Formats: sequence, C-alpha cells, structure tokens
Amino acid sequence: MASEHIQPAETFSPIFGRLTLDWIPIHEPILIGTFAGVALGGLLVFALMTYFRLWVPFWKNWVTTVDHKKIGIMYMVLAFIMMVRGFADALMMRGQQAMAAGGSEGWLPPHHYDQVFTAHGVIMIFFVAMAFITGFMNYVMPLQIGARDVAFPFLNNFSLWMTVAGALLVNISLFVGEFARVGWLAFPPLSGANYSTGPGMDYYLWALQIAGVGTTLSGINMIATIVKMRAPGMKLMDMPIFTWTALITNVLIVAAFPVLTATLAMLTLDRYMDFRFFTNDYGGNAMMYVNLIWIWGHPEVYILIIPCFGIISEIVSTFSRKPIFGYRTMVWATGCIMVLSFVVWLHHFFTMGSGANVNAFFGITTMIIAVPTGVKIFNWLFTMYKGRVRLEVPMLWTIGFLVTFTIGGMTGVMLAVPPVDFQLHNTLFLIAHFHNVIIGGVVFAVFAASPTGGPSVRLQA
Amino acid sequence: MSADTHHAHDHGTMGQLMIGFALAAILTIIPFYLVMAEVDMARSTLVGIIMGLGAVQIVVHLVYFLHLKRSSEEGWNFFATIFAVIILVIVLAGSLWVMHNMNENMMPMHEMDQQIEQMKSLQSQQG
Amino acid sequence: MSSATSPAQQSMVEPLADRPMHHAREAKPHEDAHAHSSPTPVGFWIYLMSDCVIFGALFATYAVLGGNYAGGPAPKDLFEPGFIAVETALLLFSSVTFGLAMLRAGKSDTNGTLMWLAVTALFGAGFIGMEIYEFNHLIHLGAGPDRSAFLSSFFALVGTHGLHVTGGLIWLITLMVQIRMHGLIGPNMQRLGTLSMFWHFLDLVWIGVFSFVYLVRLI
Repeated sequence: MASEHIQPAETFSPIFGRLTLDWIPIHEPILIGTFAGVALGGLLVFALMTYFRLWVPFWKNWVTTVDHKKIGIMYMVLAFIMMVRGFADALMMRGQQAMAAGGSEGWLPPHHYDQVFTAHGVIMIFFVAMAFITGFMNYVMPLQIGARDVAFPFLNNFSLWMTVAGALLVNISLFVGEFARVGWLAFPPLSGANYSTGPGMDYYLWALQIAGVGTTLSGINMIATIVKMRAPGMKLMDMPIFTWTALITNVLIVAAFPVLTATLAMLTLDRYMDFRFFTNDYGGNAMMYVNLIWIWGHPEVYILIIPCFGIISEIVSTFSRKPIFGYRTMVWATGCIMVLSFVVWLHHFFTMGSGANVNAFFGITTMIIAVPTGVKIFNWLFTMYKGRVRLEVPMLWTIGFLVTFTIGGMTGVMLAVPPVDFQLHNTLFLIAHFHNVIIGGVVFAVFAASPTGGPSVRLQA
Repeated sequence: MSADTHHAHDHGTMGQLMIGFALAAILTIIPFYLVMAEVDMARSTLVGIIMGLGAVQIVVHLVYFLHLKRSSEEGWNFFATIFAVIILVIVLAGSLWVMHNMNENMMPMHEMDQQIEQMKSLQSQQG
Repeated sequence: MSSATSPAQQSMVEPLADRPMHHAREAKPHEDAHAHSSPTPVGFWIYLMSDCVIFGALFATYAVLGGNYAGGPAPKDLFEPGFIAVETALLLFSSVTFGLAMLRAGKSDTNGTLMWLAVTALFGAGFIGMEIYEFNHLIHLGAGPDRSAFLSSFFALVGTHGLHVTGGLIWLITLMVQIRMHGLIGPNMQRLGTLSMFWHFLDLVWIGVFSFVYLVRLI
C-alpha cells in the first residue's frame, strides 16, 4: 500500500506554502469516511444552534467572555474533545499493530500510520494534558486566592483562542493536506526541508508555535494574578497548595516555553528560508535541536504533573478530613522540582554520545528529582494515615494515582541509569514509563477532580 | 496620579540616569578599545575581560536604567530576574557542555583523515 | 491590543481588568488604589524575562554553532568594530534619551516628553537603518544566512533583536500620537512605563550581542 501513495511534486506558494490541491487525500477511504462523519456532525451542530438561536448567546457569553471560570471550562471542553481524537489515534495505532502481523500489512498505510503516531503525541500533550491543567488553574486558582478574575482577563481569552487555533490546525491537517510524519518532537533532519517535503511539518510548526505562545501568555497572566491579586492578608505560605503548584507551574511555563518558541522558529527558518541550523550540510547540527527541544521538553512534563500534585493534595486532605501533612515540605518539594527539572534534560538522549561524564551528571540529577517527588508521595500517605478516609470517586482515582504514578516514577529512576537506558531506549518499556506517569498522573488527577468539580473539592476543604 | 502610583513606578532621578550613562559609556568604550586597538594580550584574557565588562554593564543597566531593586514589586521583579539568570546560565552552559562533549566523542572527518595519514606514514617508516 | 477591542467587548470587561482604558479610569480614578496596585508592571517584567529566555536559546545556538563556517566567511572577514561601535552608541543614546523623556513625564511636561521621545525614535531608527544596511551588505557579499550555520545563528539572533527594536519603534510612535491626543493621563503614563522597560531591556540584550556576537569573535 505504501507504494500507492505518490508524493505530490514539491511546490511553494507564498500563501499556502507546500500545500497544494494534490495533497487533499481524496484517495484514502479512512480519511474520507472520517471527514464525512465530521462534516455531518458539524452540520448537525450548526443546524441545531441556528434552530435554537444559540449563536448570539454563544458569541456573547462564551467566545468573547473574559470570565476566568468560563474560560477554564472552555479549556476543559477543548481538552476533552481532543482526548477523544487522541484516543482514536491510539486505537488506530494499536489496531494496526495487532493486524500487521504474519505478513499482513494491516489497515493503515505507513505514511498514514506515521501521521497518526505524531498526532497522538502532539494532541495528548499540547491539547489534552496542557488544556486540562490550564483549564483547572484558570477556574480554581482565582477562586482560591479570592481574586475576581485573573490579572489580564482579555489576554486570558486571547490565550485560550491561541490554543484552540493550534488544535484546529492539527485537526484541519487531517483533511486538508497531511500532518507531520516525524514523531511528537519532530527531530531534524527528518523534519527538515529535505526529508519532510509535504505541508504536514508546516502544520506542526504553526500549530505548536501558536499554541505555545498562547501558553506563555497564559503563564505570565497567572503569575501576575497570584503575585498581585491575593486577598488582603493572604501571605504566600497561606496559599492553598493547589495555588502554590499553579504558581510554580506557571513559573516553569514562562521559563521553558520561550525555548520551544525559539527552537520551533529556528526549524521554521530552516524549512522556509534555507537557514542552516539543523541541516546535515553547511555546518548545521541536528543534535542542537534535540538539545534545545528537551531543554523545554523536560520542564514541560513537570508543567503537566505539578498542578496534578496540587489537585491530589487537595483531594487527599478533603477526603481524609485532615489538613495536608507537611504543607511546608510540600511547598519546598515543589520548589525543588521546579529548579531540578531544568538540569535533567539530557536523560532524554543519553544515547546521543555525549560521553560518560555528561551522562553520569544528568543520570544523577534525574535520580535526585525522585527525592522531592517521594516526599510528596509520603506526605499524601501520611495525610491518609489515621484520617477518616472516605472512599468516594475522587479518592478512588487518587489511590489509583498513587499506585500507578509510583510505578511510573520508579521505572523513571531505572531509565535514569545510563547503561540501562542504552538497553531500554526506544522500547515499550519507555512508552510504558511515560504513559504510567501521564495517565496515572495527569489523567487520573483530572478525573479525580472532575466528578465533584475541581472547585467544590476545594470549597469542602 | 496619586503619590501611591508614583511610588510604584519609580523612574529615578537625573543623577541616577547620568551616573548610569557614564558607567555604561565607560564599560562600552573599554571593550571596543581593546578590540580596535588590537591590544597585545592573551586571547582568553581578552575574552574574559570583554565578557566580564559586558556582565557588569548589564548590572549597571538593570540598576540605573531599569531601576531594579530588591524591593521593587515586593521583590517579585528581583526574584524573576535572578530566576531568569539561573535559567540562562543553565541553558547556555549546559548546551555548550553537552554539545562540546558530543563533538569530542565524534570523530570529525579531517581528524580521521589525519589518523589514516599517520598510520600510513608509520607503516612506510617501518617498511 | 486595546485598540483592537470592539466596543462590545469593552462593555463586557469587568472592573478589575487592567488594560489601560481611559474611559474606565476616568470614571473611577481611585478605584482599587488601596486594594491592589496595577499588575501590569510586574506582568510586563515577567514577559521581559520570558523574552530573555528566547534570546538565551538564540545565544546558546550561536555559542554552539558559531564556529561552523562550512568553508564560508568567518567573523573577522565580515564584522567591522567601528560600525558596531556606532550602532551601540545609537542604542545607548536612545536609552538615555528615553530616560530623559521619563523624567519630563514625571514632571508632567508633555512637550518635553514628546521631544525626547522623538529623539529616542530617531536614534532607534538610525540603529535599525544601520542594521538593515549591514544585513543587506552581508547578503550581497554572499554571506547570507544560508551560507553556514554560523551565519544562520548570527542572522537569527541579531535579526530577532532588530525585530524587537522595530516593534518598539512602532509602539513608541503610536504612544507619541496617543500622548499628543490625550496628554499624560494615567493610562498613557502606564504605557510609557512599560515601553521604557522594553526599550531599556533591548539595550541590555544588545550588550550581550556586541560583546558575545561581535567583539569576542574579532579578537
């Protein structure tokens, strides 16, 4: 099937870039079927909204709103829709892996599988996990510090629609052209102009650049909110633990996302204007991209998990009817993770060949980061100890979090040993590690907070 | 504008501005002089001096032009600046260290050619 | 951003919105003066720090790739210290004249403020003009960003700084028009304060550029 897919000739127009009509996938039944489904569903929504005259209220009360709670809800709706898309991608990949055995080629042609593979990673990180935590922080944090809204409400709305625009671009690429076929972090030279000749990689760059800038602005906004708009008399050490984690997450966002912006901009220049940052020739160095993207990428995973630590802390203390054990150690542990998360990035590419010294340094820093994380796990356990634990839905998810996340975290410590990593990198062990951490960590925490609603959990406490 | 707001946005005085200007001018002229007059010094010393003066000038700008104090915005600006400096140091020093070590461990083409040459000459001497 | 908001949106902005909107401010000049001071200065400072990290990534790229000439020209073939000294002087003067404008504004001297802002804009425009000349000159020499990784990282870093200065100039001219139209009212003072931070910050980044990108490579 792979040979049937003929790459359209490479052209470059000033408006559409590498996108031409030849890239519309009219010869792929799976995509046409999906497109028909989406189009019918869209028409139905359009018709219903017109029939019930919902367009004006929708525009006035939601699209242009500056209310942090509504914006938070919209982030979470976006995250949920994108989770369905990302989950469908996961099912397609697993289906392919199950079918493509014993000489069969399976049901997805390779170029389509590679797009699904890339889209799954991009969507799940940028538009599901990020959107969920941004949504929670938007909704809950101003309520917890007694602010009427965030510091810059219009900017907040703008950040939301930047994120939505990025998500839309990723989804439009499904039908109009193609998506990148390079993996979620798009390492060059595969993602460079010579090897990714289609519009897919350009979709990737624009989508992530737009969403990334939106996230940076939202981070600035929330730091300014926590810094300037706490209720009178609320000192830093009086803040609820979720607000603490929100502050530290947003500090990480503001410190890390600019690196992503710069790195993607450089790759864009490589692809659009013949710059030579990450090319094989003219002195470029593809490993510099890997280095830079992981300087952003490692803090990014802590950006995802730290607010979830905050959510879990609130739920554990609420449903154990005890104040959180070790509030100060919790805050300091989160602060340690904030700084340490910036000095471990090389553990994502131990096999690059930086030598034993470098690998040993980053291996050790990675193991050290397990200490503050362990402090948190024990704080939650001690909060439950001798508490009146109510095993309601949020608490069940929380216990699931504790077990799954601990397994994921411990496999992480194993992977931090460079010789072990040389054996395990690019295997399902690694895939299992970060799915344990992100599903067990982020998804379970979000589910734990959702049934009762994040804020009501907090208000009970 | 109330006195309250004026206190929040401290724009400094003429004296501060002129001290900043004088210091910045001196700290700019010295490195340019060192380079343009081709002063006879070890390369590493010169690099150290230029980078050091640059760092001092950045502090001068922060203090005299941007009016950064430990107390401004309840210390948040100062904290943000210190944190940004830490991140910058990590990004710069880390990237240089990581990439330098990688280059050390790769065998560049010309080095490989040299080694082949050396081996050939050794063989011809022995033979 | 405020100029882009429609009246419909403005009416929905709740009282704590800190976008400088003169009609909201004039209606209640002392609103929340005791509860919270404006979050704009600290928010803008945090933005500057994030911008600083963008420059940090570009500096790191220049540090790592700056020696990869790929057989093309090296810094000593391309950079003129005298030319860079003039650029540096222009930017430093513009920083000082902006400081003078702020001092005039602090004394509520509208004309003095506008005069010094105009001088600042002239220095800034001179800087940008010189940079465009330099880039054009390099590209004509065959030393464009596609020649080597060294030149790519040079153009990206210096170009990003130049784009920031250009943005600052546009902001500066817009603000001069607004000051002329409305005078040194509260919102304009706030804008002037943030632009002053931005402008001094760009001069600060330039210190890194002339030291690390140009001078060190000319030894």
